[in-house]
Amino acid sequence: MTRTMSLAARRPAGTAPLLEVSDLRKHFALPRPFLNRVLQAEQHQLVRAVDGIDFTIERGKTLSLVGESGCGKSTVAKLVMGLIGTTSGRIVFDGVDLSHAPAGAPAKLRRRMQMIFQDPYASLNPRWRVRDIIAEPLQTYRLCASRAEETREVDRLLEFVGLNAKDGDKFPHEFSGGQRQRISIARAISTKPDFLVCDEPTSALDVSVQAQILNLMREMQRELGLTYLFISHDLAVVNFMADWIGVMYLGRLVELAPAETVFASPQHPYTRLLLDTIPDLTMARRGREPVAGEVPNPIDPPPGCHFHPRCPFAESRCRSEPPQLRETVLGASTACHAVEEGRLPPAVASGFAGGAIPTDGAHLLGKIAPPDQQLVG
Amino acid sequence: MALLEVDRLRVEFPTRNGTLTAVDDVSFTVEEGEVLGLVGESGAGKSMTGAAIIGLIEPPGHIAGGEIRLDGGRIDALRGEALRKVRGKQIGAIFQDPLTSLNPLFTVGDQLVETIRTHLPLSVAEARRRAVDWLAEVGIPAPDKRIDQYPHQFSGGMRQRVVIALALCAEPRLIIADEPTTALDVSVQAQIIALLKKLCRERNAAVILVTHDMGVIAETADRVAVMYAGRLAEIGPVKQVLEKPNHPYTAGLMGSIPRIGPRPERLIQIAGSMPRLSDIPAGCAFNPRCTRVFADCHVHRPRLAASGDGAVACLHYEGARP
Ligand SMILES: Nc1ncnc2c1ncn2[C@@H]1O[C@H](COP(=O)(O)OP(=O)(O)OP(=O)(O)O)[C@@H](O)[C@H]1O
Ligand SMILES: Nc1ncnc2c1ncn2[C@@H]1O[C@H](COP(=O)(O)OP(=O)(O)OP(=O)(O)O)[C@@H](O)[C@H]1O
Ligand code: SF4
Ligand SMILES: [Mg+2]
Ligand SMILES: [Mg+2]
Repeated sequence: MTRTMSLAARRPAGTAPLLEVSDLRKHFALPRPFLNRVLQAEQHQLVRAVDGIDFTIERGKTLSLVGESGCGKSTVAKLVMGLIGTTSGRIVFDGVDLSHAPAGAPAKLRRRMQMIFQDPYASLNPRWRVRDIIAEPLQTYRLCASRAEETREVDRLLEFVGLNAKDGDKFPHEFSGGQRQRISIARAISTKPDFLVCDEPTSALDVSVQAQILNLMREMQRELGLTYLFISHDLAVVNFMADWIGVMYLGRLVELAPAETVFASPQHPYTRLLLDTIPDLTMARRGREPVAGEVPNPIDPPPGCHFHPRCPFAESRCRSEPPQLRETVLGASTACHAVEEGRLPPAVASGFAGGAIPTDGAHLLGKIAPPDQQLVG
Repeated sequence: MALLEVDRLRVEFPTRNGTLTAVDDVSFTVEEGEVLGLVGESGAGKSMTGAAIIGLIEPPGHIAGGEIRLDGGRIDALRGEALRKVRGKQIGAIFQDPLTSLNPLFTVGDQLVETIRTHLPLSVAEARRRAVDWLAEVGIPAPDKRIDQYPHQFSGGMRQRVVIALALCAEPRLIIADEPTTALDVSVQAQIIALLKKLCRERNAAVILVTHDMGVIAETADRVAVMYAGRLAEIGPVKQVLEKPNHPYTAGLMGSIPRIGPRPERLIQIAGSMPRLSDIPAGCAFNPRCTRVFADCHVHRPRLAASGDGAVACLHYEGARP
């Protein structure tokens, strides 16, 4: 029927990727101010939030999407979860195409996919007791034969995530942010999913609590064999969680590679920029020159390579032709003309070789881009 | 004499269920031209400490004890005109959201000119020239055109640059920057921090940099003060606090931060979370989470005791017992 299906079908059962996403797009229409509409006889502006991305996630592994605010990470998460419909493209979960299935269906597959949100305050119903919050998916999918079994299961889940069975009778406001995120996790794993979408699950938490939640998530992956789509803008968090990393920029994947490769030999100039802007705990980079420019507006992204206005390696081809994701090194793919043409100086490893972060991040980028003036405003 | 002396500062909030102490017996100094990082988890009292120094604590919160001195003169009890003279002229402020510091109804130029003229004896034309210079200084391209635009016509990073210009244009001695980059994209954060640091260095203005981001501290601060539950846990040179932390809380905090590099199986974690202000344990506030806790920790509240080039409030250190 389709390429992805046949590809999956050729492999022995259970070894095909759990999730395969191809040419996924989501465009939002923004209503124009009335006057513009009349004057320009134009109805809408398009936000190309997700503009043609492909990735797969192997069973039991973690793919992390990273990128700055507005690049489309959460939109990908919602598309995969079926919370919003796709504009085009395919989402295949365990061999079944979900892209055109109505939300919530097919229930059997949806039970196996759950989501953890960034804000543990907003995602829990404040008027429900924690016990009922966790039991709701159990009831929706009729996973417990009796009330007693449900109670036992909720108690077990609470203890699994490091809370107390007694906590089930409390309300969300009686818990700290980290404890609330544990409650969200207990709820998410109550249906025994094999796939969790985690959208910035620790961004609202303090570092000491973040460490607890990240440790819990890694343990759950080991014990339950979970597969994660893990979204974060924090590269150090991603380094701890991810097997694979997808770097997004304005709705597109610019680099998709095994995590070690991204950190050891980042290819795309934007990936290098991101690595270069991580504040460094070793104090080695005090006084470095920061990289200039800002993320442009996704309503009217630059033509060609979206990154070209900020890129020190941009040439005329970059301004007109969008680069495709192509295999580069070690199973990594990069969407960059300069990389493809071999015009890029090799990036030097950060962190892995000697355990130390290089003293001056500027070498990652080769040369620092001049302040980008057209992006302002 | 230090530029700023915060001495046994105490900030309280009366509530229906009793008085909450948001800042509890906090003392530190800031030298001229120095960058002091103020770190700690959410609710630790960082912003409240900063607000007390600029006289911006919202009632019913109030300074309930201690003194704040600038150049030796008390500024903690100033009101009205005297307060306005210190705030803005002597001490500038930069907050997390640039929009709280900018008025959407006035052009960027109007706001700069007004601030400059409030604090410096300049004509409108002179102040405007100075405003253009400031925009150029903070890296706004084509400043002579952009000066007549409104804040919404600037991107987030550019707005924060304007706020930095506003905070610095009255030539203050001290800047309080409360999470100045938290609302910005990561690639813009580094630019803003570098700009702030450079401008303050050039003008010998001191900075209190409030943040929960240890990376920003590592790249910027000269000294660091670590707050926990309204109290100072540790203060010292940045290298000492980050690399050889004395307080068990600082040590746990540093260990729990994920880093770029070989992927560990687990992150070091501190059990539990910071207590609410309404139920801070007796003795050391950190005792329920501490790996080095002993019987005394439940009884005595540690004082800041000198250690290395800094000070630490933990009973394992000589001089910490009250
Ligand atoms: N319902 C919507 N209608 C219109 N535009 C939308 C909608 N949802 C998202 N967008 C736009 O799509 C783009 C991508 O948004 P998305 O939330 O996916 O970004 P993100 O990478 O998750 O960012 P952040 O790091 O800030 O969470 C943004 O420009 C956003 O404004
Ligand atoms: N109006 C108020 N009434 C009672 N308590 C308050 C009030 N405003 C703040 N607090 C408390 O004062 C304490 C210190 O708050 P502060 O804003 O200084 O924390 P912070 O360290 O800046 O945290 P964050 O990192 O979240 O900004 C907090 O526990 C907070 O709940
Ligand atoms: S005083 Fe006691 S509880 Fe507090 S930090 Fe030191 S050892 Fe831990
Ligand atoms: Mg998001
Ligand atoms: Mg604060």
